[in-house]
Amino acid sequence: MKPKIAVHKFASCDGCQLAFLNAGEDLLTLAGMVDIIHFTEAGPIDEETEVDIAFVEGSITTPADCNRIQRIRKNSRYLLTIGACATAGGLQALRNFANAKEWVASVYAAPEYIQSLATSTPIREHVKVDLELWGCPVSAKQVLRAVHDLLFGVTPKVELDKVCMECKRQRHVCVMVSKNIPCMGPVTRTGCGAICPQVGRGCYACFGPAENSNTGAMGVWLQGLGLMPEAIAKRFLFINSEAPEFRAAGTQWKSK
Amino acid sequence: MLARVEGEGALELSIKDGKIEKLHLRIFEPPRLFEKLLEGRPYTDVIDIVARICGICPVAYQMSAAHAIDSIFGVNVNPWVRTMRRLMYCGEWIESHALHIHLLAAPDYFGFENVVAMAKQYPDEVRRGLLLQSLGNRLLRLLGGRSVHPVGVCVGGFYSAPSVDAVKTLLKEFKQALPMAEQLVRWTAAFNLPDDQQLFTSVALCHPHEYPMNEGRIVSSSGLDIAINEYQNYFTETHVPHSTALYSHFNGQPYLVGPLARLNLNLGKLPSGVRQLITESGIAFPSNNMFHSVIARAVEIYYAFVESIRIMEQYTLPAASCMDFSPKAGVGYGCTEAPRGILWHRYELDEKGDVVKATIIPPTSQNQARIEQDLQTSLMSFGLDHGDDELRLRCETVIRNYDPCISCATHFLKLRVDRS
Ligand code: SF4
Ligand code: SF4
Repeated sequence: MKPKIAVHKFASCDGCQLAFLNAGEDLLTLAGMVDIIHFTEAGPIDEETEVDIAFVEGSITTPADCNRIQRIRKNSRYLLTIGACATAGGLQALRNFANAKEWVASVYAAPEYIQSLATSTPIREHVKVDLELWGCPVSAKQVLRAVHDLLFGVTPKVELDKVCMECKRQRHVCVMVSKNIPCMGPVTRTGCGAICPQVGRGCYACFGPAENSNTGAMGVWLQGLGLMPEAIAKRFLFINSEAPEFRAAGTQWKSK
Repeated sequence: MLARVEGEGALELSIKDGKIEKLHLRIFEPPRLFEKLLEGRPYTDVIDIVARICGICPVAYQMSAAHAIDSIFGVNVNPWVRTMRRLMYCGEWIESHALHIHLLAAPDYFGFENVVAMAKQYPDEVRRGLLLQSLGNRLLRLLGGRSVHPVGVCVGGFYSAPSVDAVKTLLKEFKQALPMAEQLVRWTAAFNLPDDQQLFTSVALCHPHEYPMNEGRIVSSSGLDIAINEYQNYFTETHVPHSTALYSHFNGQPYLVGPLARLNLNLGKLPSGVRQLITESGIAFPSNNMFHSVIARAVEIYYAFVESIRIMEQYTLPAASCMDFSPKAGVGYGCTEAPRGILWHRYELDEKGDVVKATIIPPTSQNQARIEQDLQTSLMSFGLDHGDDELRLRCETVIRNYDPCISCATHFLKLRVDRS
């Protein structure tokens, strides 16, 4: 029997599931190897059938979604998150540092009809997650490799290195050393191919913190480049603000 | 009180004495509150933030924001930047339209559950679509490093310029694929589409010399012709309790944005070759059949190929890929033609260039009221005595036609019919 897979969406921009929808030929090949049970954006809808692998995009921002993720967990043998929203709350988690109720009230004329939690939280805060893939968006390569590994019974490898390493591998000129451009590469997980330094700009950490990243030294370095504490806080509190390392560093700089 | 619906789209339909008494399309996208989280962020973050509103059309968001902020800082971009912004937009139209036609719309019209099922019987057509889609993505990668949330665009232009070699390589592939884009138009024109003529107002950008993407005035089929900063004097956005998407009206009436509206209002701006192809395909534009949207998308894919080839053939390296400027306080507007229709932004920045206030009006919320109006009309002409399943399928097809952001575009519809 073919393995069953599901792709679920929570609060997100749909960008991570495009890893599948943009895969072209690979999408058709994959569809031949598995049974796609649930993937709203591609057609099939069925959240009730048990699946072998569930991909989860998006963060938890509503009471109904709190329940839905529990149901999904029960029906999934192996659950992996794809992208910053699912893994670290996403950009929308910036509401966690603000008065979310006020935010809703200023956008909607009838806020009493909007059921929205005060927070945007990563999936791991609600259920056990077997594997987390970072990135905003995740890279398609990463996702397809993970699928491939899982189908062949291998535990997928996740990237742990820093963007800096990738930059050096690709022989890009370091934007921080050569042009004094603030770059989060030293603390950011690789996986994107260091595309920001490649075009001559600093990394804004869309792949979240790398393993053992020295956020303390990073902050001091940014300060050395002339950034004010508030601006440094914003470098950490951006797309992955619910990643514990970034949350801690950002909160610390915010209070300076 | 209305029951609240979460995490799903639903259509509530009350039918009484053979008439529709109530029709509510409930859309519940969990609010992500972008306009609020922009406040206090530096202008340098804006382009990367707004991209994350939609993974399918991030470039549209980046472009509307870049133009708005350029205008606050008084940046006049050089011809290279202007042209490259257009080239990038072509990439997004190709990617987004091809995705819609092949993964969402065509399976509907051919009676398949999804694209995978369709690929078994129509392998060539599906593969052609996926190839066109991937070329759109390649163009995005050329200028932005990746196709979803590309990193190349900044206020004043681009962080860097692609090499002449990279452009040449892609140009070759675009030229090879051009005949496929042409076949795509003929293929969609031969779809067996319902004939459902409706009265509606089209709204789109209009530029004196070109098919609109980044610039132009806002015009309508009813004679409106305004500068983009006058938008809020004519269009209003309201919140209805049954949806998290806001509803827009023009003079109190629903209106249409998107490929069909664009094509209806800008036919004369297309190069003669593209117009010729439309004529040969046998579909008369301007069209009042909403189902012709799928053909309009195919025409725009073809046009985007023609335009990209023209631009890439003349490609040279610029003196500067980004203009110099210094931040200023002020208010600026940006309105560009996202794949799904005009995407309107307004920003108020302080003297450091930090966001004080942001307003973003996406195409899907502009089409929302129009979708409900269309459903009313289409269901009446389809016949209300059809069974619930048939009604649901017809409704889904009608809604999908507008290519609303995909989470509400697909087989989602919980139909609650109350027949009394
Ligand atoms: S992580 Fe980024 S790309 Fe992925 S869904 Fe969230 S906002 Fe979109
Ligand atoms: S360099 Fe940094 S910000 Fe840029 S894509 Fe990679 S991880 Fe994301």
